[in-house]
Amino acid sequence: MKDDVIIKTITRIMLPFIQIFGLYVIAHGELGPGGGFQGGVIIGSSIILLALVWGSAEARDRFSQRFNDILNSVGALIYTGIGAVCVIFGGFFLEYGKLPFHSPEEGNHLGMFGIEIGVGITVAAVMATIFFEMSKKYDD
Amino acid sequence: MRDLFNSIILLGAYSLIMAIEWTVLNAVDVAFTEASVGAGITTVILMAALSRVKRDEKINIHGSRFQFSRFIPLLVVFFTMILLIYGTMDMPFYGDPNAPSQTYLAPDYIERSEHETGSPNIVTAILASYRGYDTLGETTVIFTAGVCLILLLRVFKNNER
Repeated sequence: MKDDVIIKTITRIMLPFIQIFGLYVIAHGELGPGGGFQGGVIIGSSIILLALVWGSAEARDRFSQRFNDILNSVGALIYTGIGAVCVIFGGFFLEYGKLPFHSPEEGNHLGMFGIEIGVGITVAAVMATIFFEMSKKYDD
Repeated sequence: MRDLFNSIILLGAYSLIMAIEWTVLNAVDVAFTEASVGAGITTVILMAALSRVKRDEKINIHGSRFQFSRFIPLLVVFFTMILLIYGTMDMPFYGDPNAPSQTYLAPDYIERSEHETGSPNIVTAILASYRGYDTLGETTVIFTAGVCLILLLRVFKNNER
């Protein structure tokens, strides 16, 4: 598909919208359907689309292996980190009401938002990892 | 179905139909997950796996054309279907307000989740707050899958690692 003008142009137009939609799904998970997992999958699939159309090497230039590996663990770290912060401020693990914000309601709100972001980052990065590692040929 | 490519496409179509089914049952979050994961990512990842193997299932040259082993999956599926249909006999009707699942925990969540967690979406409130440990476990499973894949499939150069 490397020389297909139509696919390349459509992908170039669609990619930012797909990624913004993924971010919207993550951020909007508290209010409507969706959440970190679904939004992460959408963002991950946008990276996979990049790799399908431009090839793995070009996609790895935009979204490097090192950055991907770091993001894999950053999401899980954000999740457990929020839980650990709750413990430090005198609550149970993942008791968002005890987070250091003005009120327990705000703590709940931002805590849930934070873990959605964590889940989203991990899912997006792992989906990209799975695709890149699976599709790689043996000879490179 | 010998052609693995066709099997993958069928699996994706099946997931899409399941997503519509979840939407009909008013489980929008599940439908969203099914559409994005089942129909989207799984299809692409299976395609990526297919790029590493041959497209066609290996044809068994030896033996007769009529093999009993080819019908074992059909029998298994048939018996599972009978078991599942037998299981639905005792289930309450769809939307029955007196069903155990509607009377035990659900009203509690519907009443309390909004002011306890501040989230209007009850599904997210349960996933992120009441069942926070479960979601943490789920995230860890995904993370572990990624790490295992890197360790198994990535080609390391000699000076790395």
